[in-house]
Amino acid sequence: MKLDTSGLESFPSLISHGNDVAGEISAPPSFELPNSNDFDGFLKEAIQMVKPAKGTTTLAFIFKEGVMVAADSRASMGGYISSQSVKKIIEINPYMLGTMAGGAADCQFWHRNLGIKCRLHELANKRRISVTGASKLLANILYSYRGMGLSVGTMIAGWDETGPGLYYVDSEGGRLKGTRFSVGSGSPYAYGVLDSGYKYDMSIEEASELARRAIYHATFRDGASGGVASVYYVGPTGWTKLSGDDVGELHYHYNPVTPSSIVEQEMVEAAAP
Amino acid sequence: MTKQQANWSPYDNNGGSCVAIAGSDYCVIAADTRMSTGYNILTRDYSKISHLAEKCVMASSGFQADVKALQKVLFARHLTYQHQHNKQMSCPAMAQLLSNTLYYKRFFPYYSFNVLGGLDSEGKGCVFTYDAVGSYERVGYSSQGSGSTLIMPFLDNQLKSPSPLLLPAQDAVTPLSETEAVDLVKTVFASATERDIYTGDKVEIVILNASGIHREFMDLRKD
Repeated sequence: MKLDTSGLESFPSLISHGNDVAGEISAPPSFELPNSNDFDGFLKEAIQMVKPAKGTTTLAFIFKEGVMVAADSRASMGGYISSQSVKKIIEINPYMLGTMAGGAADCQFWHRNLGIKCRLHELANKRRISVTGASKLLANILYSYRGMGLSVGTMIAGWDETGPGLYYVDSEGGRLKGTRFSVGSGSPYAYGVLDSGYKYDMSIEEASELARRAIYHATFRDGASGGVASVYYVGPTGWTKLSGDDVGELHYHYNPVTPSSIVEQEMVEAAAP
Repeated sequence: MTKQQANWSPYDNNGGSCVAIAGSDYCVIAADTRMSTGYNILTRDYSKISHLAEKCVMASSGFQADVKALQKVLFARHLTYQHQHNKQMSCPAMAQLLSNTLYYKRFFPYYSFNVLGGLDSEGKGCVFTYDAVGSYERVGYSSQGSGSTLIMPFLDNQLKSPSPLLLPAQDAVTPLSETEAVDLVKTVFASATERDIYTGDKVEIVILNASGIHREFMDLRKD
């Protein structure tokens, strides 16, 4: 079974390699496949064994000033929290961000690969790639691996010549252009807060507060989301990280504990005998 | 008539635990030396640690045949790098190489749970933690393997540092001294040995600092 590995061809061989070893290493690698009768069953078992980190809340939306992108930072393997500090907002290049949901390794690897392809596009065409183009590159690669068990639910957010851009791309091969997305196990909770508070004419402060709240509420109700809520803003000059707050502390920020003014029982010193 | 299924799996789990802790100018990497299969012990004296580059050490638990193959691939790639660039690979560079190497077998994974430890180009300790297919993250400390669910909460309690994702950024490297970190590692393995059947026999501790590499062993319970 021959896989389409053109997705991995990011460096065409310009130098002819006399030495076999060097040539073998710099040639585009192909994926080894196991010789088994039941490939699907084997993949299911392999995925179980690997138990890719799932469970997350990510969101992104376009508003008047640009694009706001936010995510939590928890990675879970089944019921075990494998990390509370995962970077789920991936910096593809200084003006484009990608979010991570689904398999951590799948998202990391293919976003890194997308960053390489975007850079090569810049060098070959003497101009930056559009968000439309970048998301299409990623979507086409994921489509070619459709059915192989990749788990990627990502949003590509950026600012190009046409203004702010936001696309949702997943490992089923889907690619959607839109203005508001949330991806992950915590997305229903995030949508509730995001949709009710959204206005196109928000300022950057209002938009970042909305994004932060939406992530916080999702981490509150979804066990698979937690850690640190990161908020990024993508504007005409590129992206900047606006905030990174521990959601445990955000809880008391939004729900302050007021000391009770009514004292039920007061402890007094026992009278000396 | 149902299709005949293969009743042979290419994988096995040889057990064991690995830990790595990064300090301001050192890195401690440790792994136990027990190799098991099922309820049997194959040997009490197997090293899970491999010295990939001058300032980069990897400890891996899981299926040791895959670990051995992975170590060989990385060692060979490092040799090529040295021939091409006339220098040793830095730890962050090796970290990304390991991630890509693991991901290239995405559909037939290396059953290997790795921690990579070393010194970065500024001489500060760095630890990278991986899953079996290559997703990785730079952290201040990590554990992998059969005892990791026992070890990690204890390390969180003793070493928990502010998340690198917080803004404004806070320093994530542990304030412990080198001897304190080594003592912590010994304590951690002694505790894990009590409650994990696959961890025990001996712990191999490797310390990387500006003066080079230092290795020591400590006996653990053999039951």
